[in-house]
Amino acid sequence: MKESADEILREAHALQWQLPRNFNDRLTEAIYAESARIAERTVARQGESRRLLWQQRADRLITSPWTGFPIMALVFAAVLWLTIIGANVPSGLLADLLMGEIYPWLHDHAHAALPFWIAGLLVDGMYLATAWVVSVMLPPMMIFFPAFTLLEDLGYLPRVAFNLDRLFHRVGAHGKQALTMAMGYGCNAAGVIAARVIDSPRERLIAIVTNNFALCNGRWPTQILIATVFLGALAPAGLAGFVATGAVFAVAVLGFALTLLCSWVLSRTLLRGEASTFSLELPPYRPPNIWRTLYTSLIDRTLFVLWRAVVFALPAGAMIWTISNVHAGDQTLAHWAVQGLGPLGFFMGLNGIILLAYVIAIPANEIVIPSVLMLTVLIAVPGANEHGAGVLFDADAAAVHTLLTTAGWTTLTGVCLMLFSLCHNPCSTTLYTIYKETRSLKWTAVSAFMPTAIGFVLCALVAAVWRWVV
Amino acid sequence: MPRGPVERLGLDVSRFDLVVALAGNPNTGKSTVFNRLTGLRQHTGNWPGKTIARAEGGFGFNQRRYKIVDLPGTYSLRSASPDETVAREFLLFGQPDVTIIVADANCLERNLNLALQILQITDRAVLCLNLMDEARANGVAVDARRLAADLGIPVVPCAARSGEGMDRLLVEVEAVATKTFKPTPYRLKLDVPGLGQALAKLVAMLRRRFPDLANAEWIALRLLEGDRAVAALVESGELGRIGADHAALAAVGAVAGKGAA
Repeated sequence: MKESADEILREAHALQWQLPRNFNDRLTEAIYAESARIAERTVARQGESRRLLWQQRADRLITSPWTGFPIMALVFAAVLWLTIIGANVPSGLLADLLMGEIYPWLHDHAHAALPFWIAGLLVDGMYLATAWVVSVMLPPMMIFFPAFTLLEDLGYLPRVAFNLDRLFHRVGAHGKQALTMAMGYGCNAAGVIAARVIDSPRERLIAIVTNNFALCNGRWPTQILIATVFLGALAPAGLAGFVATGAVFAVAVLGFALTLLCSWVLSRTLLRGEASTFSLELPPYRPPNIWRTLYTSLIDRTLFVLWRAVVFALPAGAMIWTISNVHAGDQTLAHWAVQGLGPLGFFMGLNGIILLAYVIAIPANEIVIPSVLMLTVLIAVPGANEHGAGVLFDADAAAVHTLLTTAGWTTLTGVCLMLFSLCHNPCSTTLYTIYKETRSLKWTAVSAFMPTAIGFVLCALVAAVWRWVV
Repeated sequence: MPRGPVERLGLDVSRFDLVVALAGNPNTGKSTVFNRLTGLRQHTGNWPGKTIARAEGGFGFNQRRYKIVDLPGTYSLRSASPDETVAREFLLFGQPDVTIIVADANCLERNLNLALQILQITDRAVLCLNLMDEARANGVAVDARRLAADLGIPVVPCAARSGEGMDRLLVEVEAVATKTFKPTPYRLKLDVPGLGQALAKLVAMLRRRFPDLANAEWIALRLLEGDRAVAALVESGELGRIGADHAALAAVGAVAGKGAA
């Protein structure tokens, strides 16, 4: 006779009543007792080890409410500073090579040998966008990723989560959201997937929807470049690095504040509920294997992300060139679009080119800056292209500054671009990941529109106040 | 090309002969062991909960091809959080030929909780006593021979980060996977009055309903403990499907393995 599944479950239920009521606990106790017995027989400890004492002392400093936060801020700012200081020179060298040397050569040969539109599409569109992506993205990533991975291997990340737990708990979110946020600083799609570590569906959704406020690798270079060009340049040369670091740090902190604020609002409106407690094991500090870390973060993360950026830059470059060269009526398509977006851009302290670049860059944040620069060269500074690569493609900070100010940018434009880069829709990959993880169009839409709406309001406010004061 | 005795096959898990599972508490270095054996660079990080889905890779050792599955770290198999579900469903239904239990030598007692629970499910296990380098620095000494005698499975002290002990681990894994060595693992004594009969009754029913089911005892015990996730597997009939799938998969694997040999 073969019983149905139902019958088996009913039988199990019936049998439960014949067992002692504390039968569950007795099994648990048996496991614990047996583990303790075996461990006692096999493990010998030689007094207090100096290493453990040292680790305890370090933890007392790093996880204390008084010293923990300043240390966190300091570590984070140091990583940013290293990235900004270290990336400037190689970025300039790369740009010199890719745009100052190779581009004119390619441009001349291609236009001599090929029809105008093929040469334009390939060299002035696709090649140029890719060259920009590589020179803007590669140097900061080569510093930021290894530094971040070293901190992770050392064991600092769970301590950050421990410190931030207090704050997340207060806004009704899960302490592990700090971990998903930290992953988001690398890539928001990865951060969204990492939210699986949160068991409660409510808290998991909060972590997913707010992950976009963690600046991802596609946006760090934007922040760094704009901060260096527009804010660092305001300070005397010796302090430029610190001012730029301060600006990027402020944007990152604002992102964290928005994470908390949105989590708080969500957990009191759409996702009502109490924060659940959790236990997080603080692992021992482990000396990171520096060479291995450098190698893996270079191969796995830097090249992976760069490859993705290049893949998206190629079609974006082609598209930018096309809309800048195809005429409709008396203007090119790009002119029409920039003109149409212009008033909205002005209202937000930005301009039409930036908004158009954000539309083009929906697939990947990495291509925002290349799009902005290319569109500026092609549209806003007429003639720049004819001068060949010499002046304007000399892509160190000063040259970018000259180009953008010629196109009418001010410090306000830079500040608003940094804010909008923090607060806008996640890239299409992240949105798709959010949909896959939540299986909900509604939450995918919330994840896209909430940050964008905040970005609009924030930029418009800053622009209004700025114009009123200055 | 083989580097040393291990042939790292990376992501290539075609035509594997044997399946190895990596289980253990969070942050004990499972992914590091995985990377050591496969030559892959599965992201490792010094924080618990980093591996959320299972990762698969392959390696060759003594003319056999192994598929190795890196499971998310768990403290127990008795609750049903998403990562724990991944780990325990694989141990139950993936029926690995050998399970490497990765334990942190620094806090053995807590790690043994999980090890003992895994030994309730499977006989074929090897304990990788990892992080021995740290344990030495912390002044912790573990009597591996005695531990092996108590648990009834091979115990290999390792430091996966530097590669220490990995050769011996492979030898033991091979011995257990190929059934050259049959461990007689320690079984928790379930001396609760009436439990024996209740289990026997349920096991018989489960076996009739799902003929391909391995681990019927463990399923029965979980049902008696009121585990809703396991009850749901019984109710949806998924238990039978997973069991049958695996029987089929094992057959295919065995045929492919013979073809390779």
